[in-house]
Amino acid sequence: MAKQPQKSKASAKKPAAPSKTEPHSAPALAPSDDPDFMLQSLQREFEAAKSFDASDEQMMGFYEQMLLIRRFEEKAGQLYGLGLIGGFCHLYIGQEAVAIGLQSALDGDKDSVITGYRDHGHMLAYGIDPNVIMAELTGREAGISKGKGGSMHMFSTEHKFYGGHGIVGAQVALGGGLALAHKYNEDGGLCLAYFGDGAANQGQVYETFNMASLWNLPIVFVVEDNQYAMGTSTKRSSAETRFYRRGTSFRIPGMEVNGMDVLEVRAAAEVAFKHVRDGKGPVLMELNTYRYRGHSMSDPAKYRTREEVQDQRDHHDPIEALKKALIAAGKSEDDLKSIDKAIRKRVAEAADFAENSPEPEAPELYTDVLVEEY
Amino acid sequence: MAIELKMPALSPTMEQGTLAKWLKSEGDTIEPGDIIAEIETDKATMEFEAIDEGVLSKIMIDEGTEDVAVGTVIAMMTGEGEDDGDTSAAEPAPAAAAEPAAAPEPAAKPAAEKTAPAASAHDPEIPEGTSFTSTAVREALRDGMAEEMRRDERVFVMGEEVAEYQGAYKVTQGLLDEFGAKRVIDTPITEYGFAGIGTGAAMGGLRPIVEFMTFNFAMQAIDHIINSAAKTNYMSGGQMRCPIVFRGPNGAASRVGAQHSQNYGPWYASVPGLIVIAPYDSADAKGLMKAAIRSEDPVVFLENELVYGRSFDVPDIDDHVLPIGKARIMREGSDVTIVSYSIGVGMALEAADELAGQGIDAEVIDLRTLRPLDKQAVLTSLAKTNRLIVAEEGWPTCSIASEIQAICMEEGFDDLDAPVLRVCNEDVPLPYAANLEKLALIDASSIVEAAKKVCYAS
Repeated sequence: MAKQPQKSKASAKKPAAPSKTEPHSAPALAPSDDPDFMLQSLQREFEAAKSFDASDEQMMGFYEQMLLIRRFEEKAGQLYGLGLIGGFCHLYIGQEAVAIGLQSALDGDKDSVITGYRDHGHMLAYGIDPNVIMAELTGREAGISKGKGGSMHMFSTEHKFYGGHGIVGAQVALGGGLALAHKYNEDGGLCLAYFGDGAANQGQVYETFNMASLWNLPIVFVVEDNQYAMGTSTKRSSAETRFYRRGTSFRIPGMEVNGMDVLEVRAAAEVAFKHVRDGKGPVLMELNTYRYRGHSMSDPAKYRTREEVQDQRDHHDPIEALKKALIAAGKSEDDLKSIDKAIRKRVAEAADFAENSPEPEAPELYTDVLVEEY
Repeated sequence: MAIELKMPALSPTMEQGTLAKWLKSEGDTIEPGDIIAEIETDKATMEFEAIDEGVLSKIMIDEGTEDVAVGTVIAMMTGEGEDDGDTSAAEPAPAAAAEPAAAPEPAAKPAAEKTAPAASAHDPEIPEGTSFTSTAVREALRDGMAEEMRRDERVFVMGEEVAEYQGAYKVTQGLLDEFGAKRVIDTPITEYGFAGIGTGAAMGGLRPIVEFMTFNFAMQAIDHIINSAAKTNYMSGGQMRCPIVFRGPNGAASRVGAQHSQNYGPWYASVPGLIVIAPYDSADAKGLMKAAIRSEDPVVFLENELVYGRSFDVPDIDDHVLPIGKARIMREGSDVTIVSYSIGVGMALEAADELAGQGIDAEVIDLRTLRPLDKQAVLTSLAKTNRLIVAEEGWPTCSIASEIQAICMEEGFDDLDAPVLRVCNEDVPLPYAANLEKLALIDASSIVEAAKKVCYAS
């Protein structure tokens, strides 16, 4: 069995759980009696080159995109506090490297993406105008869903981003359908379907694994393991917390990735996407990450210690880590500071726009229920 | 520049809270992410986290203060200058951060106006001299699907036993031979999963026909039918189309017990965003199946196992497509209206024959589409007969029959000469024993009885 990746953030992630311990010996265990079926082959390939060799320009791009998500989400939290955003609002702070690392490896003309309700970051990763995203959060006419979806229900079919779904796990089966469409149309695209460690316990996820593998669908399943399903830690909810192993029964190869390191995420994406594009069927990626904020804005997050969160912020923050790498590569503190300043300004503009845009007109209540008239 | 820290709303319903504790003092340097204070809502104690960096210059609300309204300024911060790269904050510089203004006044809601109903559509004229072919309902359904599959490459069928087995009820017979395994897909027994995959495929631009072996099994999948297929177009402001047909037999079959004998018409017909069709005869089955497949909206297409084998005339015309949302007068009459759909239509016609023998001239209306419901056809007939009953093979409570009663009460009150009656199944799970099953289901004689009652002829 392949060696497990280094646990760089073992302090919070799966702390010393004995059930997690890998066997010390490395027996030549075949996961099935089919010698061609190597559940660990992608992990091995990934382990061989774990950090994406990014150009300076790409590094800066990742930094700016992650910082935009961070600042946008901070502002969203602030607007929520001011009562400008209502209902449920799930922030992506801490998980930025996942969306940026994966989506930067997509072919924007062909590939599709679908996720759950924690969707602002995935929208921003596409470069979608922060104004229309923030205006959706405030429920305004200019919002990307005309103010009728809200935080959890954002879509951009123009970018092949299919939402934005509020029922935990539903996006996995829907993603299977998007992948079926890619295959049916022979358009060469793949579907990237994100879900959380909580959704990973839903039955329809496994129904979809089965059909995706049976039909060899071009889909990458991504478990964003942020370690808590609302208030329940993975070890209290999941008999198997190494989510990448959960494709085994369906002959889907798994990969375990440090989701706090954008270059590692991108390197893993390269391996996974190539496998799928080569027509070899689905891949299951486990991205170990951490959300700094509560599950939603109304979650006091009492199920974990302040120290645990602080440790993640201090030692595993994806943006700080990349910042250090950029400085080591010769960027100046001032350059990075001015980027932050520009992003803060952009986000402040989006907030102003979202606050000052009008609410939808009343007749909008009745539009988009059905497409046709009968 | 000073930054006002305001009492945050920490839940969707919070209007005020208690400032439980200040964790920072005046003069403290604040970093983004620092916890400044603890605030108690009605539900929990929440941490109030800093967004901006700077220095806490003044605390305006003392700790322990209760009932602090959301939006109240609780402290002032001197913003860290954005030009200042140093985080020591010894010299607070002016901050350029935009300060959020107060929420705009909610605009007064103009009187909501519903969009005008679409121009009324009619069944296409069947040209003089058209021949007809007697066709079983199951074949009419298959012919409708096959014609649309020939017409549009995006149309495909998926479900349990639809391909190699040729359909559990033989509705998809022959499709695999003609269209191949790419377009006629056998699924595992996994309704929730394949309903989701079908829905996702429709969102991705295909035109799936998802067969449920029966609609009883679709309860496993109802989340995708309602939450994913029906609502996403609305939630996306019209971006996310979902042209899909969910089809299969619905309602009681014969002696299959409670779990396999239920009419889901009222369930789906209550959901905005869905089209619900429940045809009776072969011509409607074919013409409405074709319309359902062509529709840009998600359609629930309810068939009936007991009707699959019955044969009716289907016009021999090239492209027999019927309008969705239009009822059909199956028999004209002047004394009483019997509204029905699906298998109930056959019983209503039988009842009308019997009533004619007793001197009562009944009009029979087949709703055909349950959502959108053809209210006008019901009200027009009521205006003519002034008496109306609804025959529905399903439970009475919260039924299509209840809905028709409400429509007659709200919009046809002046035309009513008698109360509208529901003729429905008994309000019990369907039993297995032959005699009990018969007692529980509607039949022509119970329709006759109700019709006579509203005509005050019993």
